[in-house]
Amino acid sequence: METYILLKLIWAVLLGVLLTGLAVMVGMDMGVGTLLRFVGRNDAERRAALNAIGPHWDGNQVWFILGGGAIFAAFPTLYATSFSTFYVVMILLLFSMILRPVAFEYRSKVDARRWRDAWDWGFLISGALPMIVFGAAIGNILEGVAFHFSWDGQYYQDQSFIWYLLNPFAVLCGLMSLALSLYQGGTMLMMRTEMPIAARARSVAMAGGLLAALLFAIGGVWISYLPGFLFAQAVDPAMPATPLGGPQVIMAVGAWLTNFHIFPMLWIVPGLGFFGMIAGSLALAARRPALGWWLGALAWAGTIFTVGCAMFPFLMPSVTAPSQSLTVWNASGSAYNLTWMLAFSLVFVPVVIIYTGWAFRIMRGRVKTAGMANDDHSY
Amino acid sequence: MIDATVVELSRMQFALTALYHFLFVPLTLGMTVMLAAMETVYFITGKPIYKEMTQFWGKLFGINFAIGVATGLTMEFEFGTNWSMYSHFVGDVFGTPLAIEGLMAFFLESTFVGLMFFGWDRLSRPAHLAVTYLVALGSNLSALWILVANGFMQDPVGAHFDPDTMRMEFSSFTDLVFSEDAQAKFVHTSIAGFVCAAMFIMGISAYYLLRRQHREFAARSFRMAALVGLVASLAVITLGDALGRADYLLQAPKIAAMEGIWETTKPPYEPWKIVALPDDAAQRDVFSFGLPYVLTPLVTHSFDKPIPGILALENDVKPRIVRGIGAVLALHAYATTKDKAALAAFRQNENDMGYGLLAQRFAPDQDLAKITEADLPKVLDLTARETIPNVFVEFWSFRIMVAFGFAFLAVFAFGAYYSLKNQLERHPFLLRLTTWSIPLPVLATEFGWITAENGRQPWTVFGWLPTFQSASSHALGYMLFSLTGFALLYSSFIAAELYLMFKFARLGPQGRPGHTPTQPGPALAGAPGYADKPWQ
Ligand code: HDD
Ligand code: HEM
Ligand code: HEM
Repeated sequence: METYILLKLIWAVLLGVLLTGLAVMVGMDMGVGTLLRFVGRNDAERRAALNAIGPHWDGNQVWFILGGGAIFAAFPTLYATSFSTFYVVMILLLFSMILRPVAFEYRSKVDARRWRDAWDWGFLISGALPMIVFGAAIGNILEGVAFHFSWDGQYYQDQSFIWYLLNPFAVLCGLMSLALSLYQGGTMLMMRTEMPIAARARSVAMAGGLLAALLFAIGGVWISYLPGFLFAQAVDPAMPATPLGGPQVIMAVGAWLTNFHIFPMLWIVPGLGFFGMIAGSLALAARRPALGWWLGALAWAGTIFTVGCAMFPFLMPSVTAPSQSLTVWNASGSAYNLTWMLAFSLVFVPVVIIYTGWAFRIMRGRVKTAGMANDDHSY
Repeated sequence: MIDATVVELSRMQFALTALYHFLFVPLTLGMTVMLAAMETVYFITGKPIYKEMTQFWGKLFGINFAIGVATGLTMEFEFGTNWSMYSHFVGDVFGTPLAIEGLMAFFLESTFVGLMFFGWDRLSRPAHLAVTYLVALGSNLSALWILVANGFMQDPVGAHFDPDTMRMEFSSFTDLVFSEDAQAKFVHTSIAGFVCAAMFIMGISAYYLLRRQHREFAARSFRMAALVGLVASLAVITLGDALGRADYLLQAPKIAAMEGIWETTKPPYEPWKIVALPDDAAQRDVFSFGLPYVLTPLVTHSFDKPIPGILALENDVKPRIVRGIGAVLALHAYATTKDKAALAAFRQNENDMGYGLLAQRFAPDQDLAKITEADLPKVLDLTARETIPNVFVEFWSFRIMVAFGFAFLAVFAFGAYYSLKNQLERHPFLLRLTTWSIPLPVLATEFGWITAENGRQPWTVFGWLPTFQSASSHALGYMLFSLTGFALLYSSFIAAELYLMFKFARLGPQGRPGHTPTQPGPALAGAPGYADKPWQ
């Protein structure tokens, strides 16, 4: 196989890995943020919940930043087009995301109820909104987006986003993403906080896991009735990376299941996701949050790779100019660039995982609620 | 058709968010290094006061850091949300340092910053010291990679344009990373960050000394900051000269605008303008006053090389514009027909393509094919004029930065001198001046960025991609929505940050009333001066 094709394939898989890392690590912190007002009924409890992820949220958030940077480098045209077509939601996502670092650092620095309460609402917004947008964006991409390119590579939007953004399928995806983040955040709180907080977190997390499983099942049936995208001509995977002048693409109901029909083995992927959600909820019922955490990660991986398997090789299909749809073949970086990026990833991803694990180990154990009220060294 | 208002608003938003991000970045770059230095002294001497210093300055650093992180998030995504054509055109090259920055620098900094704040009781002393070092390393590595990215915009090396993919393709990693511009920028910017942090620590310590509060703590912090600041401000000036030289070699219009050179210079007499009022519309100075014989050696490092003036540059660029128009027309033909002859025609003038793109804006209906013989001279004039950045802004932002640079040198020098002689409290004027100077280095860095980025105009990628072509084709309403939102959010952030900064700086190292240091050493609060040596 030509190296360029192999590189494109590797980066498609790495894109999935990256999105999974983002969903698990950032989703967990967002879940804690969303749950904050519910699991913490007084200030000390809320601070305890915050400090459960206090030493780690910033490191976790880099998955999100790396998501931006790596898509920029590995799939430049996807980066350029997706964030611009989803402009208003992306901006809303940014507005809510940037509340979070400030909320962590500033919330407990002033001893006034209104100040802290305001930041707690900030945590709710900056936890729930990005997760809904994240899911809804994936839903919208599955349904196709209205854009085309002019000869020089500039994209044009063919329809204002307002008309399709919040359609029922996208809302379903958004809610599922929120449910999984509540699940993941809940398991973390079960591991790292004391009693009334951990118990409240547990009930929400179990509900979140089960709800996610239900929505995942509905989404699976729904997708077989949605129009998907298919190549109508032979494709050269080694083609130069440009969305212009590519092979013909058609839309057909149920086309997103084609890959599963050709390779029935692929059904394992959604199966694992489903297993993760159900088994995870059972693990929490049995008070095994650490196991539940890893099953939650499996659930996320299963979900994201299910979408990847369904769409492959499409990344962002266009409903108005289907043959200009962005795919793994036509939106990637150059072979030279993908090689360098791969080299850096092979060295640094393991290193990052090792020191992140070390940091979690150093800070392990439950955060004490009792001393929180006068603790100057915590969030 | 590209809507000029949308481009203007996108520029405004980028400038606002980038300048805002850079209000917080320099302190992070410098403070992490200062914290590492303080903790090293604590590690070696074991004196609890150095731990107290690390923790107190660390707390102030944290207040600043949070907004640096928040506003950095915006930056990472803004290329995609607002500069789609730019992202498509150079993403293959420019995205790489950004991704590596995340992988190599942000993970390091952000993972260990949590341990630095919360790990005091859980880590051994050497382990905590190592963690602090890693945070400092991470933040400065992030500056390295982002400036490699920015260096590519200033001097696009390590890549070539590919007519089949319609973008710049990456061809040499080492050329990109070791670009002269990027390397000069990196050291100048990082060390400017040390200057900012040194002034911050020195200024707040001076405030305590004026009030005779926390005297030992303040005197020690002051001395350390003054010494670091003195060395750093000398380095910033030297490296700034290197950066100016990179501009001289690589970006003729920028250096001409920085120095306000309208007519090509006549060495060696040519004066270096100290003050002038450049009039961009009339392309001359309303008045100017300068030092003779200084300009030529300053910029060219020789006594006989002339520096091309703006009027000459505008004239000389016209043939490139004509060739560029040819290149873009050929490229368009090739893109639609894949015709070999069109490709050959493009190849002939490929290096001038950017100037053709620049001319598009002034063509009828922004379409180069519609330029007639009669239009051509006018299009050439307008495009040539467009290649020159705003001289007034460039001239003055550069001068303000340089003036500040020399002023800081003086403040640090006096500060270090009286601090070493243990005579600080006898010079309240110096202490007051130092306190008032706290925001100035940050201001200087902002003017530095205006010099760098305004001077690059009209390009986002110098010589290849005009700013006008780079922006996403958004509806006006979208831009108004995002700009208003950023303005509101960012203003409330800065209000909250200043409030907390003042609150905690005033509170001082002992923290809230009734609070005892985690590791009580000798009674420090009441000590009249240094605990170990009598002074004053
Ligand atoms: C404390 C801050 C500070 C101080 C005192 C100075 N600078 Fe600076 N300067 C910066 C902070 C800075 C900066 C913010 O870090 C910039 C913006 C872009 C960059 O690379 O560094 C910059 C940019 C910058 C540029 C434009 C680079 C470009 O075109 O890309 C030049 C030519 C200089 N500097 C030169 C100087 C000289 C000759 C100084 C002599 C006193 C000086 N700077 C002091
Ligand atoms: C890697 C770092 C940076 C990159 C890639 C970058 C890129 C850009 C881009 C794409 C634009 C928009 C086009 C334009 O109007 O010029 C721009 C403009 C601008 N940037 Fe940067 N920038 C970087 C760093 C910074 C920083 C740190 C600052 C300030 C603190 C800054 C200040 C500005 C300003 C003031 C403008 C507006 C210039 C003008 O429109 O006249 N930039 N930059
Ligand atoms: C000269 C230009 C820049 C330098 C030296 C710089 C450096 C830094 C540093 C040191 C930090 C650490 C946090 C803090 O500052 O308080 C930071 C944060 C950040 N910067 Fe910048 N930055 C620059 C411009 C940019 C640009 C143009 C981008 C967008 C691509 C960007 C993206 C980010 C992000 C995403 C963060 C948050 C990282 C975290 O979570 O730790 N920065 N930057």
